[in-house]
Amino acid sequence: MACDVGREKLDAYLDGELPSTDAAALSAHMRGCNSCALDALERVQMKRAVATAGRRHEPSAELRAKISRTIAAKPQSSRATRRWFWILAAPALLVLVLSVAVNFYVSRETARRQRIYSELADLHVATLASATPVDVVSTDRHTVKPWFQGRIPFTFNLPELQGTDFTLVGGRVTYLAQTPGAHLIYQIRKHEISVFIFQDRAETQNFAAGSANALSFNIDTWTQNGLRYFLIGDVGLPDIQSLSKLLQDAK
Amino acid sequence: MEVLDRPLPRATFEDLALPLFDQLYNFACWLTEDTTEAEDLVQETYVKALRGFSSFQAGTNFRAWIYRILRNSFLSSRTGLKTMVSFDEEDSVVIESPETSPESALMELADRERVQQALEELPVHFREILLLCEVEEMSYQEIAETLSIAPGTVMSRLFRARKALRVLLEKKLQGKTHGM
Repeated sequence: MACDVGREKLDAYLDGELPSTDAAALSAHMRGCNSCALDALERVQMKRAVATAGRRHEPSAELRAKISRTIAAKPQSSRATRRWFWILAAPALLVLVLSVAVNFYVSRETARRQRIYSELADLHVATLASATPVDVVSTDRHTVKPWFQGRIPFTFNLPELQGTDFTLVGGRVTYLAQTPGAHLIYQIRKHEISVFIFQDRAETQNFAAGSANALSFNIDTWTQNGLRYFLIGDVGLPDIQSLSKLLQDAK
Repeated sequence: MEVLDRPLPRATFEDLALPLFDQLYNFACWLTEDTTEAEDLVQETYVKALRGFSSFQAGTNFRAWIYRILRNSFLSSRTGLKTMVSFDEEDSVVIESPETSPESALMELADRERVQQALEELPVHFREILLLCEVEEMSYQEIAETLSIAPGTVMSRLFRARKALRVLLEKKLQGKTHGM
């Protein structure tokens, strides 16, 4: 180890658990210490790998229904009143069970969306932190688009950027939920925007088109010709939406 | 801050407990390594939590509370009792530091299936703390409440868990290289 910063402390820093003064000092140290910076990158990759690998098991619909019934069930009443209770309460109970089921669906969808956004934010940050953020380096869409042929199972159109503030930096193959896709990086006023394109499969289906904010990044998403587009970056929403429009109109 | 001293209404239990269902099931599967046992464990957890909800103190951490119920239920199950051995032997676990270069580890970590295999092979006390931190994104304080340990212990156990995972991944990488 090239320096005396404890790895336990580095882990706590990356977990966001170091007091702000210590975190600032370590952050400053890492700017001048290659060993710590590399180690931090490896640890971030490992955190991400565990986060992805750890989300493995999905409950069955039967279990979901069972838990819904458990939660919606009323407390035990006396035998004398039980029959009347059920006659009177059955419709209300049905509504309750349905509302629990709907609640379940909504909360699950929200959690799924947040998980995807969080994963994309990680990909965006990890890529920009990498020494080689893109595998095909070119500002020319006619170079970048053909590079993906044979590397991903679909094709897409990229916009002409002449007369806009956007520049294409390049692209790389990426993975979301084990599905390959295209990751393009655009630049505007020294800010990077990641454009992710995947086939619209189960993991991303039913995402409403529109903008969102996750982990302080602005995000835009839509589907077009069976493909799911995600844009993510730290620029303002108008810039994200301008690039979205260009991509939507690309021919 | 105003703290309510009366039991919360049942609707609040739904609001708090339902969004955690998928995560609780995932966590239960990782603990039990068996889907049928995990289903039973999640059901038992919800029944116990619902029954004990009147004793839950408003203003405290519900997520840590219900995860603690799940974990305690697991530990008192037949499978959980077997894992108690590894909990007791925690301090005697010696982890040899791997001679891993960051680049080689990165290559290895990109493989989701191999990370899952390594997680399965970890002792339960390492596996659960990694999942609570990385998958559930719990703070050290929340993890401490869930596992009923001191926050300082969370930091050191996490460190050792990550080290153990790195050792396992490194071994798998070596095995792969030798097999080629």
